[in-house]
Amino acid sequence: MTQAKEPSATDETMTPETTDNAAESHEYTGTRIERSNREIAELANRTYQHGWVTDIEMETVPHGLNEDVIRLISAKKGEPAWLLEWRLKAFRHWQAMTEPRWANVRYPEIDYQAQRYYAAPKRTSKELNSLDEVDRELLNTFEKLGIPLEEQKRLSGVAVDAVFDSVSVATTHQDILARKGIIFCSFSEAVKNHPDLVRHYLGSVVPYTDNFFAALNSAVFSDGSFCYIPKGVRCPMDLSTYFRINAADTGQFERTLIVAEAGAFVNYLEGCTAPMRDENQLHAAVVELVALDNATINYSTVQNWFSGDEQGRGGIFNFVTKRGKCLGRNSRISWTQVETGSAITWKYPSCILQGDNSVGEFYSVALSTNYQQADTGTKMIHLGKNTSSTVISKTISAAHGNNSYRGMIKVMPRAENARNYTQCDSLLIGNQCGAHTFPLIEVRNKTARVEHEASTSKISEDQLFYCKQRGIGPEDAISMVINGFCKEVFDHLPMEFAVEATKLLGVSLEGSVG
Amino acid sequence: MTEVAERLSDKETFLDALSKRVEDHAPGWLRQLRDSGARRVETLSFPTHKDEEWRFTDVKPIVRAAFEPSLRPPREAPDPALAAPHRFNLPGWTELVFIDGFFVPGASQLPDADGLRVTSLAETVRTGGALPRTHLDALAGSSGNIFNAMNSACLVDGAVVHAPRGYAGAAPVHLLYITTDRQENGAAHPRNLIVLDETAELTLIESYAGLTDAPYFNNAVTEIVLGDAAVLKRYKVLHEGPRGYHLSSAHVEQHANSVFRSFSAFLGGKIARNELKTRLAGEGADVSLAGLYLAEGDQVIDNATGIEHASPHCTSRIRYKGVLGDTSHAVFSGAVHVHRDAQKTDSNQLNSNLLLSDAAAIDTRPILQIFADDVKCTHGATVGQPPREQIFYFQSRGISEAMARAILTCGFAGEVVDDISVEPLRTRLHDYIYNRYSPQK
Repeated sequence: MTQAKEPSATDETMTPETTDNAAESHEYTGTRIERSNREIAELANRTYQHGWVTDIEMETVPHGLNEDVIRLISAKKGEPAWLLEWRLKAFRHWQAMTEPRWANVRYPEIDYQAQRYYAAPKRTSKELNSLDEVDRELLNTFEKLGIPLEEQKRLSGVAVDAVFDSVSVATTHQDILARKGIIFCSFSEAVKNHPDLVRHYLGSVVPYTDNFFAALNSAVFSDGSFCYIPKGVRCPMDLSTYFRINAADTGQFERTLIVAEAGAFVNYLEGCTAPMRDENQLHAAVVELVALDNATINYSTVQNWFSGDEQGRGGIFNFVTKRGKCLGRNSRISWTQVETGSAITWKYPSCILQGDNSVGEFYSVALSTNYQQADTGTKMIHLGKNTSSTVISKTISAAHGNNSYRGMIKVMPRAENARNYTQCDSLLIGNQCGAHTFPLIEVRNKTARVEHEASTSKISEDQLFYCKQRGIGPEDAISMVINGFCKEVFDHLPMEFAVEATKLLGVSLEGSVG
Repeated sequence: MTEVAERLSDKETFLDALSKRVEDHAPGWLRQLRDSGARRVETLSFPTHKDEEWRFTDVKPIVRAAFEPSLRPPREAPDPALAAPHRFNLPGWTELVFIDGFFVPGASQLPDADGLRVTSLAETVRTGGALPRTHLDALAGSSGNIFNAMNSACLVDGAVVHAPRGYAGAAPVHLLYITTDRQENGAAHPRNLIVLDETAELTLIESYAGLTDAPYFNNAVTEIVLGDAAVLKRYKVLHEGPRGYHLSSAHVEQHANSVFRSFSAFLGGKIARNELKTRLAGEGADVSLAGLYLAEGDQVIDNATGIEHASPHCTSRIRYKGVLGDTSHAVFSGAVHVHRDAQKTDSNQLNSNLLLSDAAAIDTRPILQIFADDVKCTHGATVGQPPREQIFYFQSRGISEAMARAILTCGFAGEVVDDISVEPLRTRLHDYIYNRYSPQK
């Protein structure tokens, strides 16, 4: 395939944000000079690469959140009455809820009335028939991010849905997918063209009553991706959604829904970036996956929202609810995530293993450096017989970063022969960071076999010495150890993602040792 | 005492009962301590499932029951023979027996070793001993646990053990708490203070036995201070009656290079919760907390262990094992907190559970909170039943499935008991486990 030569759709999504920690690493200055000086200087001085803003005329709604704003959003999107009703129900429920404070993260009070809940690039014509009608500025934005939306670049073998602030800009490869009966489009289009499917599955995995942020999302969600793989179809290419926050003081609230019918198979990738700003921006997404008999969904995320600067100013507050339901027998849902961005990450991709013999997996690498705080993990709820789940979580904390793994393994009384294996390892770099694990195991069936293992350590002197002895400098040794540490998770990413993720970690941690 | 038939559930009436207590000539500092406990009872509230630490253990049955705090020893002295089956009665041992919360000298055997001081709290206060005044509530006072506060508010009796510098007597000290049916719905609030000065070494057994099928409540608080390089082995054996409620807290402070070896066995009681909080305050301190809980019927057993690594170069180990049958419910939390400057911490915890019945439930939470980077911390938790392969192995050699299960269960539970260094106690527990799980029962 030619894809190897083309910059992949997702390459840039993973491009590193770097910390300027050169001053801290004085101890290794000597060794670093031995390496390519120029390369290091370049890396050390690199800041968050996607921090620019696109100057584009926007259509927004007023600040604040009330029923009128929700009606306005719904009207702008030309939604059917049932959906508006659902949004309003969610909003009323949300008003009665209080913001959760149990997570191990600290952040200032969020003023939900100071946010704008909808922002979209202004359109000249109502309906877009081809990409040529899309604003040039928008296309340039995605080009700059490395997301090929234009025809000639559609060789990369990945179908992309590009979401800019509140709306989906374009979805590529729709025709090829349509031939197989696969529906892959923006959520708004799905509501228009496939209302029955949307109505049937929306909120079936994450009801609007689920939690504070899910309720907020249900009330104001703007766009996102919808994906439906019909019975027995193996999706011929990876599907991908690229999220970009652009407008200031606007929250992004997207909603993704993936349904895999019996025997279907899909690989789904998600990437995200945002401009650098001093203010915090809110991102509250919901992702719902449904896998029927023998279906498989692999969902990979590389989250690289702006994480704030070295002093911890700005950055995205990322409050995401992701959940998959293995509804059918022998179904399988696998979450793989690389979390490197966001000032705050609050995210627990979970699996409800309802069908007998279903399998849930969670592979995660979470990196928090500077003043980033991540509270992430998973929930595996075993309901069906012979269900099994695997949880591999690797967290890396550097500088003033704080990383928490929070996991729940629940084996219900009817889940005969349920099996879980959990491993969570933390790596600490520097003495100002923190690593925490909050696992919880609830077992209600004696045939269950549940194992949990966790370890926390720093890179040992022995490992560094061993490398040094063989002429490998500390920076390289550390990056080697970190890559080894994360390998188990990266193995589950598509190849280009994995290569980039490796680089990303290496660069993000550059200079944080010593 | 019958006039204070007040309900624990109502804090005000509990406090009222306290205010009506007959003056027992307590010195001023003790009265202050009690008052401050009572004030904390006023401000704190009873934990519910919303309190993270108490999430899985419902204390409502305890709060609702009409338990009456025992504030004065009964007029009639209890029969010392009641304690006999639970005593070890071995030469050289020190045994303090408490019946329904009060020290019974007639049933006890006081120390004959030089230097070691083992007395009842009431006695120590009466004779003006300085130890309680300096140490009582120093560790438990700030716990935020309302049951600790209730204990302080009552504060009548318990044991004071003081091993002076360099003490190294080999014979153990046994504190035995017996609950009889003499007081209906009684609540005892025993308070123990264990202080080991520099380099002292001591073995301590704390056991609780219920001789009644009626409901009662034991709310024990133990404070332990280990001086530099002191070594304490503490064994706690809980054998409460079938309707006995037991809540206890042990607060341990360890100074430099001290060693604390703890083993807790939970064999009975309707709801039993044991909080064991250790603070490693000095460099090089070493702690290991081991435990075994065997539950059946509708028992609830909750072990909340916590280790705070506040100093560098400390080592901690937690190893708890549980066997759960019928509809019993066990909760285990292991919270290890490593402070920013506690470098070179070595910490390890493991919780293993064996489920014998479908209706048994286990909630286990091994929590690590780490703020230092040069550490080695691991934790693990397992839940399962005896592997089928192992049972098949026995069957293939002509041993019945029931017997195979019994052998495997005894082996699983017995492993932690093997480490007990007090031979009579080890034998007692091994026999107990064998009798409990042997199929011929």
